[in-house]
Amino acid sequence: MYEFEFERPGSISDAVAALKTDEAQALGGGQTLIPTMKQRLANPAKLVSLTGIGEMQGVCVEDDGALTIGGATPHAVVAEKAAASYPALAALAGNIGDPAVRNRGTIGGSLANNDPSACYPAAALASGAVIVTNAREIPADDYFQGMFATALEEGEIITSVRFPVPRAANYQKFDQAASRFALVGVFVARFDDGVRVAVTGASEDGVFRWSEAEAALGSDFSAAALDGLALPADGMIGDLHGTPEYRAHLAAVLTRRAVQAAA
Amino acid sequence: MPKDSGIGASPKRREDVRFLTGTGNYTDDINLRGQAYVHFLRSDVAHGRINGVNTDAAEGMPGVVRIFTGADFEGVGGLPCGWQVTDRHGEVMQEPAHPVLAQGKVRHVGDPIAAVVAETYEQARDAAEAIEVDIEDLPAVIDMKAALKDGAPKVHDDLTSNLCYDWGFVEENREAVDEAIRNAAHVTTLELVNQRLVANPMEPRVAVGDYSRANDESTLYTTSQNPHVIRLLMGAFVLGIPEHKLRVVAPDVGGGFGSKIFHYAEEAFCTFAARQLNRPVKWTSSRSEAFLSDAQGRDHVTKIELALDGDNNFVALRTDTHANMGAYLSTFSTSVPTWLHGVLMAGNYKTPLIYVNVKAVFTNTVPVDAYRGAGRPEATFQLERVIDKAARELGVDPIALRRQNFITEFPYATPVAVEYDTGDYVATMDKLEEIADLSGFAARRAESEKRGKLRGLGVNCYIEACGIAPSALVGQLGARAGLYDAATVRVNATGSISVMVGAHSHGQGHETAFPQVVAEMLGIDESMVDIVHGDSSRIPFGMGTYGSRSLAVCGSAMVRATEKIINKSKKIAAHLMEASEADIELKDGQFTVAGTDKSVAWGDVTLAAYVPHNYPLEEIEPGLEETAFYDPANFTYPAGAYACEVEVDPETGKVTIERFAAADDFGNVVNPMIVDGQVHGGLAQGIGQALLEGCVYDADGQLLSASYMDYAMPRADDLPFYSVDHSCQTPCTHNPLGVKGCGEAGAIGSPPSVVNAVVDALQSGGHKVDHVDMPLTPSRVWAAMQG
Amino acid sequence: MPQVAMTVNGKPARGEVEGRTLLSSFLRDNLGLTGTHVGCDTSQCGACVVHVDGKDVKACTMFALEAEGAQVDTIEGQAGADGSLNVIQQAFQDHHGLQCGFCTPGMVMTAAALLKETPKPSEAEIRDYLEGNICRCTGYHNIVKAILAASGQDAGAIAAE
Repeated sequence: MYEFEFERPGSISDAVAALKTDEAQALGGGQTLIPTMKQRLANPAKLVSLTGIGEMQGVCVEDDGALTIGGATPHAVVAEKAAASYPALAALAGNIGDPAVRNRGTIGGSLANNDPSACYPAAALASGAVIVTNAREIPADDYFQGMFATALEEGEIITSVRFPVPRAANYQKFDQAASRFALVGVFVARFDDGVRVAVTGASEDGVFRWSEAEAALGSDFSAAALDGLALPADGMIGDLHGTPEYRAHLAAVLTRRAVQAAA
Repeated sequence: MPKDSGIGASPKRREDVRFLTGTGNYTDDINLRGQAYVHFLRSDVAHGRINGVNTDAAEGMPGVVRIFTGADFEGVGGLPCGWQVTDRHGEVMQEPAHPVLAQGKVRHVGDPIAAVVAETYEQARDAAEAIEVDIEDLPAVIDMKAALKDGAPKVHDDLTSNLCYDWGFVEENREAVDEAIRNAAHVTTLELVNQRLVANPMEPRVAVGDYSRANDESTLYTTSQNPHVIRLLMGAFVLGIPEHKLRVVAPDVGGGFGSKIFHYAEEAFCTFAARQLNRPVKWTSSRSEAFLSDAQGRDHVTKIELALDGDNNFVALRTDTHANMGAYLSTFSTSVPTWLHGVLMAGNYKTPLIYVNVKAVFTNTVPVDAYRGAGRPEATFQLERVIDKAARELGVDPIALRRQNFITEFPYATPVAVEYDTGDYVATMDKLEEIADLSGFAARRAESEKRGKLRGLGVNCYIEACGIAPSALVGQLGARAGLYDAATVRVNATGSISVMVGAHSHGQGHETAFPQVVAEMLGIDESMVDIVHGDSSRIPFGMGTYGSRSLAVCGSAMVRATEKIINKSKKIAAHLMEASEADIELKDGQFTVAGTDKSVAWGDVTLAAYVPHNYPLEEIEPGLEETAFYDPANFTYPAGAYACEVEVDPETGKVTIERFAAADDFGNVVNPMIVDGQVHGGLAQGIGQALLEGCVYDADGQLLSASYMDYAMPRADDLPFYSVDHSCQTPCTHNPLGVKGCGEAGAIGSPPSVVNAVVDALQSGGHKVDHVDMPLTPSRVWAAMQG
Repeated sequence: MPQVAMTVNGKPARGEVEGRTLLSSFLRDNLGLTGTHVGCDTSQCGACVVHVDGKDVKACTMFALEAEGAQVDTIEGQAGADGSLNVIQQAFQDHHGLQCGFCTPGMVMTAAALLKETPKPSEAEIRDYLEGNICRCTGYHNIVKAILAASGQDAGAIAAE
């Protein structure tokens, strides 16, 4: 990889200051960025590691019941610490990548990268999470802007993510056999005021909400409510691992399964 | 009672200790004083004309030692192909040049254009980016049939077409086969793809070239399955270095599966550059680079027709295969679709008439060569799939159809030119039915169906030709090497033994299994015997390890050399005991005189050989060291029967392997634990081919499955515990150990049973599916169910 | 060049590294601990797994500078001072859980992390935990058996079921 300057600040403010340099880039757990840099597909002049910032670590339940997860919290910690308060989210975190990846990869890194096949975007979008940065709070509905595209500005870092905890939720991931990312993943979250369904891995526009399914489930939270609903193959990803038609089909199957598991 | 030592025992592997403690010595662990590093600038287009390579800017980059291009290799030989195939018209194959660095054209993505040697690896890579390459893109040919069309772009301008050869076997049978198929009561036809695979040993390739100007000696440390073959090919054909000035060392090697048989450009480059620069030069492949530079495997497209008479006897078989060679001919590439494939088309069955046609084709892709099984998986897959399809078309039990057509008398001369010495296909099928609990399948299917899953059972047989190979025979068939092997048994003065073997162990456990044989023959403890391999300066010669040949060929050489040791040591013992040599017996490490209580110990005899104070010097020389070369009389023919049970999720198309059973006949077995392990690994690769793995290029020749992100390697959670058995043993009749070889069986025998099982499952669910091409990804299986 | 200091297998280790120096390179090239292997460049094969502050991580996907001050454990630190194999290593040998040995250091380190978390894992839990460790030789059968055995379970009986 290309050489770069490495910095590991101990506070958010130091990290923000360090990221003001030209071509500086934040480094979360590095589980995607480092392989990318090995291919010389990224060339930051400076990497600012966020792993040494204590205030960005950890999982806590707020007074309103929402779950706040520090941006630099590894997946393995979320899997353990959120198990009681938000089991569907914990299960999702506990099935990202593999154990070693989960010990390094962070929620902030995943959401900042917004890989179209990543798991966390589905959880954040279906939960109606709020992406908290050093500068502002961004509702998930505004945050995800297409494959690898987010609302983050240059130098802005995700300090935490606030998840409202639904009454019931479930995430169904269908593995892409090689990468073990989601070939398709569906997160269904049932709140008192409605149901949110987010699909990852499927669309060329990245994670999205399946509004027809949400409407159907809002009035009848059962797999049967989804009968006859289908996603169009148009705009779905087609690659070695699955055709657009297959992904559209799979999204519907997984949605039903998520509803069954959550109900 | 299982034995606790010697042949048939399963002692713990002695090599494990270093591997388990991180103290192995793999090639990348070797760092020489003053070494420089090379990075290869590789083509990012599949086909292009090189109009210029400007290295001026790169030469001045920090740390650059020297930059080499194709021009530096103009006076240097190209990488040779080791097997010349003659086509069905009696013409020799078209054989293009294969330069170390591209000259004039690039022919696949990954073709090396320039090599930057620098003080560090990253500096080399930095400088490579500053090289300006002027390449004129040319249209690429990727699809084999398109490559053979008139007017298709030519991979090699100096050849007449992209056809390497059009091979017919047995050509004299062609018309009789056509006739039999025309007149048959039933003909089952199947078109299928045996997809391209990447071998993917976990250790990527590494080469370290070293040179001593004082002695004019070159040393190459390399990740090879056969260091002597590399010495021969690189020394004689590429660089012109005589053998006595060239040492090739393959230390601990992290798996090969065929891909480390071949002589590669990077090895020749590091050896060449070390001489030019008078300093060591090291190359370590990244995994991404391996996907573009390791020879790949399989890649056949086949139409097979099986003709049966009114009683369901096989009467004729005809195949038409296109075999992808890639852009250049890798070392043994041309033999794989021919002599390792066509001659196995009889399988386990007495089909009287067989004709195999293979068109080998150049395309703008990475070269293709042997990968675990090499030709035999392709033969087995098409044959066992078409038999399964025939059984379904005829409404007969697939196992019964196979049993009805089994070869039952041995030796058996097939219509495709080989003679099976021994086997018992009924016994392995009986054993399979037992260990796979086939009688319990119906109940298991019912249970799966209760859970909404489709369950299928697939069974197949396989045969392979191993112990490659009788030199005179393969010489007639076009091999440019002999395929014997060699061993030296060096008995030291105190009785301990070093055995220098030409076979190379890169996972097979030779260091444990080979001593079992020698120790048993001499009646001494295994701990007194060590195996030396992998260094051309320490062993007499050797053709290396591939084709499940190590024990059958090199092991036989070791037996022969040990027999010579026994003969000589009996002479010494006779002298020591003042007895007739004919009366000397060797048992449990003691020499005795028959009918007396006289004895001398092994150590007394070995000491006498090296301290010959009381020694028959007028009859024999001092010392106790013997070498044998062994050239096999025939191939060996391991065979077996495999069963796979799958569940298919009808909603997603996801296939899971529920049970897998393998009943193999490997002849005699030296170390059952190691044999089990070899089968397990082969099964995982075969199941991987069936369900997961596929090497895919786009229409422009860009590799889409270029890393583990897209090339699906089998993981622990893709696979079950296997049930394996090798208690059916018909010993090989023509080698001294009666062994047949076990390394490739699992990879050869398992893909058809998986696909047969999936087809069975889908049909049980009412889907009219009679074939799905591998890999059976969920998306493909789902699409097949949609019709 | 920046300095990095950490504790490796209980002993202090330090060295000069670049920002881009991976932990795996630091272990292999600076410290000569070549038991940590590199089998891929996309963080999937797991041949490089080591423990950093008690957690299994892929040493090829972490910069050496990120391990500043950390306790790092590698395959070289697993056997006893007298060379005796630890329980997991011994089980791998007993059950033929390795062939070419290249993936083995990562397998052993991953197995150690699993057994710390789950002392008596089921077959499914073992297979799941090995998701990030690729072996091309063994077909995993004997690796799973070895880990079952290392956890004190009857591997032979479970594998035969």
